[in-house]
Amino acid sequence: MKKYTYTESKDTRSGFGAGLVEAGRKNKDVVALCADLVGSLKMGDFIKEFPERFVQVGIAEANMMGIAAGMTIGGKIPFTGTFANFSTGRVYDQIRQSIAYSDKNVKICASHAGLTLGEDGATHQILEDIGMMKMLPGMTVINPCDYNQTKAATVAIAEYEGPVYLRFGRPVIPVFTPADQEFVIGKAWMVNEGTDVSIFATGHLVWEAIKAGEKLAELGISAEIINIHTIKPLDEEAILKSVAKTGCVVSAEEHNRLGGLGDSIAQLLAKNTPLPMEYVAVNDSFGESGTPEQLMKKYGLDDEHIVAAVQKVLERKKALAK
Amino acid sequence: MQTEEKETLQLEELEQVAKQVRRDIVRMVHGCQSGHPGGSLGCTDFLVALYFKVMTHSPEFNMDGEGEDLFFLSNGHISPVWYSVLARAGYFDVSELKTFRKLDSRLQGHPTTHEELPGVRIASGSLGQGLSVAIGAALTKKLNNDPGLVFTLHGDGELQEGQIWEAALFAPHNKVDNLISTIDVNGQQIDGPTNKVLDLGNLRAKWEAFGWDVMEMNGNDLGNVIQTLELAKAKTRKGKPIMILMQTNMGHGVDFMMGSHKWHGVAPNDEQLSLALNQLTSNMQDY
Repeated sequence: MKKYTYTESKDTRSGFGAGLVEAGRKNKDVVALCADLVGSLKMGDFIKEFPERFVQVGIAEANMMGIAAGMTIGGKIPFTGTFANFSTGRVYDQIRQSIAYSDKNVKICASHAGLTLGEDGATHQILEDIGMMKMLPGMTVINPCDYNQTKAATVAIAEYEGPVYLRFGRPVIPVFTPADQEFVIGKAWMVNEGTDVSIFATGHLVWEAIKAGEKLAELGISAEIINIHTIKPLDEEAILKSVAKTGCVVSAEEHNRLGGLGDSIAQLLAKNTPLPMEYVAVNDSFGESGTPEQLMKKYGLDDEHIVAAVQKVLERKKALAK
Repeated sequence: MQTEEKETLQLEELEQVAKQVRRDIVRMVHGCQSGHPGGSLGCTDFLVALYFKVMTHSPEFNMDGEGEDLFFLSNGHISPVWYSVLARAGYFDVSELKTFRKLDSRLQGHPTTHEELPGVRIASGSLGQGLSVAIGAALTKKLNNDPGLVFTLHGDGELQEGQIWEAALFAPHNKVDNLISTIDVNGQQIDGPTNKVLDLGNLRAKWEAFGWDVMEMNGNDLGNVIQTLELAKAKTRKGKPIMILMQTNMGHGVDFMMGSHKWHGVAPNDEQLSLALNQLTSNMQDY
């Protein structure tokens, strides 16, 4: 198992904030909009540097999505910022008609996604957003795994023409990807090469997968860990290449089991090479209040649950071989 | 259109265009036996005024519309009138009007950018979204120091959507004063008169309270429409967005379609078509 170390921990939303400033410096057409959550979205530095390119919309997310769509007419590249819940479910029809169907170059940037939002509870912990967004034709869906990757992704989506959903989170987590990485939309990142099982992880679950990989190595299991930061378009080639070697799959995401990364992978496998697969995801339920760590444990999203899912899928693979 | 050409188009000529657009509307809706003739006929004079007199625009369409005035149709179901006006203004060939609402057409039931129809900059149909979009386009024009203005049209029933009021609050606070919005006050919606379905109350007082510069006009008096829109243009860039309350008759120009919500989304049969066309004589050619 390749060794991943880190010297600092940061929140992915701060990676977004830093990436937004960098994107703003690179391209004068980058503008930002926020619905009364400037501090939470870490947009302060952008506002300080480019006050005339920032729009405070107030608590009116539907209006924000429409304004963002309109601002593209004339060449602006709008980045909207609010919590993931208010970035998707609350404004689904606005995104569908004014952004996705209208082919508008809007970057929907969503913080506090998933259970790790923590104490605010289920009203704010959206676990269905990846599903909603990936179902929209033409929408790119990205869920980076740490500060550096989120920053790099933010810069990369400014250079890409088309609507994007960028999902990140609230908690402070290890920074383990390189600061100078090149982020390629739709290109999976090989975290660890292995031979027994393929673990496809996205977002906060990538670090959990790395911890799980270390525990599995101690048990003599060689896990291939691949970071699927772009859920749509899915890097089908990387996934099929990996499963051709390992013959079984575990998906890991901070999202409902229905409609997330796991389902995209399962569909790919069903069409190409049906194989034993286990999901590490929330099992069709809402979340609740608690600390991020407590919630990830209770809802089955930590490294221990990945280890258990790997053991289960390996048994299924063995049974199939008989 | 070129400025000189625009000035030569006198009111009488515009009346002829409006008549022809109304003929197009009933023929298009009859041709596919679906669509929304009532609001389209009511808003014909407004759209003819915009595209043949008031707006600076080019039928050599490009999405960004730099230096041009932009128009957003928020109540997308009155697509027949917009398609006809766009075609008559030269955005695409009038013969394409016969494809309205048919398979493989660029003239979808509700307007879309997806089929790349010249003149359309945003999809509309799901109501209440166009004002926000127009505000966004107006903000970009300001950032780009673009002298163009942004025009919108909304149905009165559409004002029942909450997003409209989010936008209503935003525009005055942010001094979006390169925006001229218009509401088609025909008092009708699918389930009946607006004052029965969900009363809109005093619209002038509402929009003024939100901080808009409110004007009124008779939407079926072409002269009054042009005069009011020109006046509205003169009021732009003075710190306030402009809202015009436009009184119209739903179905205007065809007596049996007028003033009733029953023709909101119903197509005429063969007999009704010929009755309607008899009332709409024009010196222009049908598509």
